[in-house]
Amino acid sequence: MNAASPKITIRGLRKAFGRKVVLDGIDLDLGSGESVVVIGGSGSGKSVLLKCILGLMEPDAGSILIDGVESVGLRGEPRDEIGRKFGMLFQGAALFDSLPVWENVTFGLLAQQKIRRHDARGIAVAKLAQVGLGADVCDLVPSELSGGMQKRVALARAIAADPEIIFFDEPTTGLDPIMADVINSLIVKTTREVGASALSITHDMASARKIAHRIAMLYQGAIIWAGPVADVDASGDPRVDQFIHGRAEGPIQMAVRA
Amino acid sequence: MNTLQLVGAFALSFFAVVGRLTLFGVEALSHCLRPPFYLRSIGRQLIDIGYYSLPVVGLTAIFTGMVLALQSYVGFARFSAEGAIANVVVVSITRELGPVLAGLMVAGRIGAAMAAEIGTMRVTEQLDALTTLSTNPMKYLVAPRLIAGVIVLPLLVIIANIIGIFGGFIVAVYKLGFNPANYLQNTFEALHVDDVVSGLVKAAVFGFIISLMGCYHGYTSRGGAQGVGQATTSAVVSASILILCFDYVLTELFFAK
Repeated sequence: MNAASPKITIRGLRKAFGRKVVLDGIDLDLGSGESVVVIGGSGSGKSVLLKCILGLMEPDAGSILIDGVESVGLRGEPRDEIGRKFGMLFQGAALFDSLPVWENVTFGLLAQQKIRRHDARGIAVAKLAQVGLGADVCDLVPSELSGGMQKRVALARAIAADPEIIFFDEPTTGLDPIMADVINSLIVKTTREVGASALSITHDMASARKIAHRIAMLYQGAIIWAGPVADVDASGDPRVDQFIHGRAEGPIQMAVRA
Repeated sequence: MNTLQLVGAFALSFFAVVGRLTLFGVEALSHCLRPPFYLRSIGRQLIDIGYYSLPVVGLTAIFTGMVLALQSYVGFARFSAEGAIANVVVVSITRELGPVLAGLMVAGRIGAAMAAEIGTMRVTEQLDALTTLSTNPMKYLVAPRLIAGVIVLPLLVIIANIIGIFGGFIVAVYKLGFNPANYLQNTFEALHVDDVVSGLVKAAVFGFIISLMGCYHGYTSRGGAQGVGQATTSAVVSASILILCFDYVLTELFFAK
């Protein structure tokens, strides 16, 4: 990890929808080769944070530096150039229904014209092997795959272009505990093989503990604690304690209607 | 809320939608004109919109032509003007009924399918996935559909015109007892290039409208299955209304003295 030259530097990031402030001055760094996991409850703004970094949403204020280049407000080719450094694993896999698995995996490479179409299948087979899938799934369409297999294909797609930074949005949501651990192991293995930095968001603490070097907790639009994964149990913040132990009682009150 | 506020709120929301649709259309058009062009995607859309719409457009056209001949006969027989039936069938089909009915049928079949497909991609984050894979969804999804719509609707209308006129011929000859050679001669005499071309121009405009409405409502859909359902309904309704509006506008442009 090279803390001196972070891959992502976020300062004072703010995003509101109407009067609801979702991100209220976020500061966060992601070092080279580092894996940072942002934890937080549902609706805490984790997905909005990720979308702002990916350029899918425009923040109201603040700065997002990618390798030292300001990405907020960037358009056209400069934005695409930054986007080519990214890989993304979506919560619901977001595979393209109409395309077979091999085309899904190599979609980004074909779109960027890094490879020719007749070479794509071989590359897809190699990437699928990295996530533990055989060549026999190449010609299946996503609807013929189980949830766990879809996540693996989506992971293969995320790493296909050897990105410098990979984002994981709730990578284990909807999976059984064993498959969730398989996906976590694959995330650790593949990011290491690709040599990428990783920024994940999750509320699954087992996942966070397995894939993170550092954990940051998002609550009410702000990072309330950040530190090495080994220190999360001794954070000294009752809100972090309540969240990581999954207690209903504590300073974080959920809006529950009887 | 008083009446004035209601009218104001309606006007504001109407112009907001018109503004958003215009911006969407202009951006989509700009992607139609700038490379890269997704030829495979355009080809797939040509088949989806054109080839698979042939049965429904053909059936609509043949029955329309048949009914037209029958109704014209009933009306014209009162004035002993049965000989004008071929003329009425040809002019009605080529100028109006061919493009409008084909447009409405394709709007129902394809507009809804486009909105449902793109809307589902929106709510399942597939559009976001495209963006993260360095692919502009407007260029990859919307532009090929617009290009295919503009190309294929005139081709469908040519076929609809032929089938519709043939439907009139069948009824005139086999039910109403017209002489086939005379009916065909009258048909070819009534067939004018201007009428056919105006119908094809209308068809191209309708193809653009159908694709634009399907893509716009799918692209801007929100809120899961319900949002996608609303998008499909809005796509069909708005495309159908716009087809009828533009039919009048284009007719006024082509034929008003």
